[in-house]
Amino acid sequence: MLLWTRRSRILLWAVFAVLFVAIVLAPLLMIVLASVAGNWTGLLPGALTGSNFAQALSGETFASLSVSIQTGVIASVVSVVLGTWAALASQAAAPRLKKAVDTLFHLPIAVPSVVLGLALLVAFSRPPLAFNGTRWIVLLGHVMILLPFSYSTVSAAIARMDPLLAQAAASLGAGPVRVLLRVRLPVLLPSISASASLALAMSMGELGATMMLYPPDWRTLPASIFALTDRGQVFLASASTVLLLAVTLAGVVLLGLARGRGTQR
Amino acid sequence: MTGLALAAATTPARRQEKHRRHGWLLLPPVLVLLGFFGYPLVLVVLQSLDASTRFGLSVWLDVLGSAEFRDAAWKTVALALGATAGCVVLGTFLALVIAFVPFPGARTLSRLVDTVLAFPSFLIALAFTFIYGSAGILGAGGFLYSPFGILLAEITFYTPFVMRPALAAFGQVSSAQMEVAASLGAKPGRVLRQVILPEALPSLASGACLTMLLAMNEFGIVLFLGAKDVTTLPMLVYGKGIVTFDFPQACVIAVVNVVFSLALYGTYRRLANGGGRAAVDKA
Repeated sequence: MLLWTRRSRILLWAVFAVLFVAIVLAPLLMIVLASVAGNWTGLLPGALTGSNFAQALSGETFASLSVSIQTGVIASVVSVVLGTWAALASQAAAPRLKKAVDTLFHLPIAVPSVVLGLALLVAFSRPPLAFNGTRWIVLLGHVMILLPFSYSTVSAAIARMDPLLAQAAASLGAGPVRVLLRVRLPVLLPSISASASLALAMSMGELGATMMLYPPDWRTLPASIFALTDRGQVFLASASTVLLLAVTLAGVVLLGLARGRGTQR
Repeated sequence: MTGLALAAATTPARRQEKHRRHGWLLLPPVLVLLGFFGYPLVLVVLQSLDASTRFGLSVWLDVLGSAEFRDAAWKTVALALGATAGCVVLGTFLALVIAFVPFPGARTLSRLVDTVLAFPSFLIALAFTFIYGSAGILGAGGFLYSPFGILLAEITFYTPFVMRPALAAFGQVSSAQMEVAASLGAKPGRVLRQVILPEALPSLASGACLTMLLAMNEFGIVLFLGAKDVTTLPMLVYGKGIVTFDFPQACVIAVVNVVFSLALYGTYRRLANGGGRAAVDKA
């Protein structure tokens, strides 16, 4: 407790409340209000309606939502598998190699997503792999953006892991595969699930690379939301954003439940 | 990790053998990264040096000499610096209150901050059009589409990114130390300056560095607000690449952008490894 007088504390809390509301709560509240607004010219929405959501759940936006979910799930799974693999394998490597791999796998964080999108466009519009214009290039972009975060989450957990566990199992005669499946992976499960939540949330909201890469038949929801705001359909855009957040949150909560069960066991 | 080091010290021969058996396991993920991340980036650098008619630095000279590019580079850096300064001040203040002048529900609030971190940035831009837009509550019209609108949006979005490492660092300041300082007659301001902030400085610095990196590469907010006279480097890459299909120029700008952010990222890693572990992620 830093402040001892009641008055100064209350004053400080008041300032805090104003700033916190402005920064964290107001944007969320605005989006939610706008998503149920029929029109909005005054201080509050003029009429409340569910039709924005009805519209968001049909036609083009619904197709985009489905694209986003598929992209998010596939890209998260691939990046978590690759990231976990790299983190586990680098642990068994020589220290110098491990350090190089560590740097290499962190590098994509420093590359702006738009630049990554451009790079993929440049590289895969030409042979040998000309899959620009297909959905695969979007998936690839997402995987590359998520990979460093998956790697870093899991490798941080490996660094904290008690090495005696695996050594004890090995000394009792378990082969490397068995140690991996029965000791290492179960111990790492919480961090793997945490990295999956992070990956899902990031992929669902990804915009920079997607804007560079998406073909007409594979437009993710954030790209559609941009198209909607560009056309001035801001209420439908808000409803779609709320939908996006809800689906993301549901996915993260589901993964969290899996994590809870994993640690209990 | 110490356990591994110990094992290496006691049984060097066995460990050597282990390397030979397991080094190749790294190949698949490393190949994926090199093939789908390294190779494209190398091509970007090559493309920036290669306009179909001329070869060499001509595109670079064109771009670096253009007012458009210099304006964008300057705006990018200025916006990132401004946003970072704002976020550090606001985020440190909010975290200080949560950590040291707590109130019922403070812990729930800090968890809410963690959730906000996962939101896409364009949400803020969209919300701002309802608050500050021409038909919005505060109806300040032009403000939203000026550099200051973008600055405010970035500060709003990135403040939680500073709050999180700050909260973690403040959690490690021992309350005994603060109470001793206070009982010896130090006023709150002095406790803050001489006890709390020095301890939290490494975390704050690396948090600020990460925020600056993210703010510099911010795309969603600038795209959604679509301010007429505000172009940042990522927006310029997008414009050249997708709108006018001028790939060589887009590649030059991309390389500049990557160099900027690599420099920042290097600083961030050094700070994060040196100082408080707590600040290492959002990563």
